[in-house]
Amino acid sequence: MIAVLIAELAVVGAGPAGVSGALEAASHGVRVALVDRGDRTGGQLLKQTHKFFGWHRKSAGTRGILIARQFEGEVRSDPNVTFLSGTEALGYYDDGVLLLESPGGIDRLHCDRLLVATGASERMLVFPGNDLPGVYGAGAVQTLMNVHGVRPGRSVLMIGSGNIGLIVSYQLAQAGVEVAAVVEALPAIGGYAVHASKIRRLGIPILTRHTIKEAYGKDQVEGAVIWELDGKWVGIPGTERDLDVDVVCLATGLTPLAEILWQAGAEIKYIPELGGFVPLYNQDMETTAKGVFVAGDVAGIEEASTAMAAGRLAGLCAARSLGKVADGEFKDLHESISTELAELRAGPTGEKILKGLAQIWSGTEVGA
Amino acid sequence: MESRIVEHPILDFPERTRVPFFWHGRELWGHEDEPIAAALHAAGIKVLHHSLKSGRPRGFFCAIGNCSSCLVVVDGVPNVRACTEKLRPGMRVERQDGVGPAPSLRR
Repeated sequence: MIAVLIAELAVVGAGPAGVSGALEAASHGVRVALVDRGDRTGGQLLKQTHKFFGWHRKSAGTRGILIARQFEGEVRSDPNVTFLSGTEALGYYDDGVLLLESPGGIDRLHCDRLLVATGASERMLVFPGNDLPGVYGAGAVQTLMNVHGVRPGRSVLMIGSGNIGLIVSYQLAQAGVEVAAVVEALPAIGGYAVHASKIRRLGIPILTRHTIKEAYGKDQVEGAVIWELDGKWVGIPGTERDLDVDVVCLATGLTPLAEILWQAGAEIKYIPELGGFVPLYNQDMETTAKGVFVAGDVAGIEEASTAMAAGRLAGLCAARSLGKVADGEFKDLHESISTELAELRAGPTGEKILKGLAQIWSGTEVGA
Repeated sequence: MESRIVEHPILDFPERTRVPFFWHGRELWGHEDEPIAAALHAAGIKVLHHSLKSGRPRGFFCAIGNCSSCLVVVDGVPNVRACTEKLRPGMRVERQDGVGPAPSLRR
């Protein structure tokens, strides 16, 4: 039997953006259904054992897993939020129906507004043997090890020295797994120096201008060959090194998980600065599909503190469009969250994001 | 090395209920409600699927149900994502070749 559920706002994804959006909208009296395929709220925060590099006034210095736990408490105790865990959103239709699948079967959720906060997925890297069991995304390694308590293997080659590559290398060491090396194709380490120093102190080499040549093995990874790159990104013969590893971990970036937005008919644009194909949206976080809002990594790859602020902004604007927020209050809140976002995006990483966002705004201002 | 983490500087992994399940008829033990892939990985089993065209081995990749790399057959039903499907006592799990067997219409 198909159950019919009703909410004023449906939020897909209970990570930092989705939870923040749901709680913000609920605080204005909006009845919210928060949907996530996992059992708990927190999204990626559930596997982040490191202390959070957030904004000084917000969650900086707190471990991701603790922020996730705090979310859980707030969501469960908010009378305006219904958390539908273990539930996947299959599609969103013109008549405001979000189709859901859970172990109980298929349900229909009627909603007046939709907030898509589905996050991102791991980017693949092309090399021989990249499909062998033992080649895992960095997110998968974190899930296996930090959520389920299973070591991914004996020894790991980490590809990518951005913050994710560095942090996951450290987490691997904490879990008692050897990290043979971190390779980085760029001439410099991508992530923060503080993370790089931590793993160097453990004796893990970070090799810049190096990449993987191949992973090999009969049925699963039995080893990997790395080599040095020349100035034109081509491997230099004779520089190959064979590493005795059973896991190759890819930390080569993320790309927005925007399928439901494509399906819902939102206009999508390829913006490399934001991680790939992203929806166009206005300053109120609304996409070109009317009543469909976005926040978090699906709207452009950033990090959790901006996701939380953008989530609140989207929740506020969705509440406003439902007539739940008075003009003055809306203006003040919109301004304060926008300022917070601008502060979070100040600095060298933010520059790239702002360049990407400029393309989003210019795409939506026409006719808006 | 035992692949289950027992001691960790930050995380606690409390004792969970152990449940039996079957991998190609062989009895293995995992933890109740953990994903099938976690239980198999802990038992040293990494090859979960063979690809449709060239029959290459496939395993766990994204861990969150996105990528279809870990499809297995559970109790005769193909295309079950081992990374998200929870382990239940007595489950019969098998490696899936290509699209897997057609599920029986009679349950």
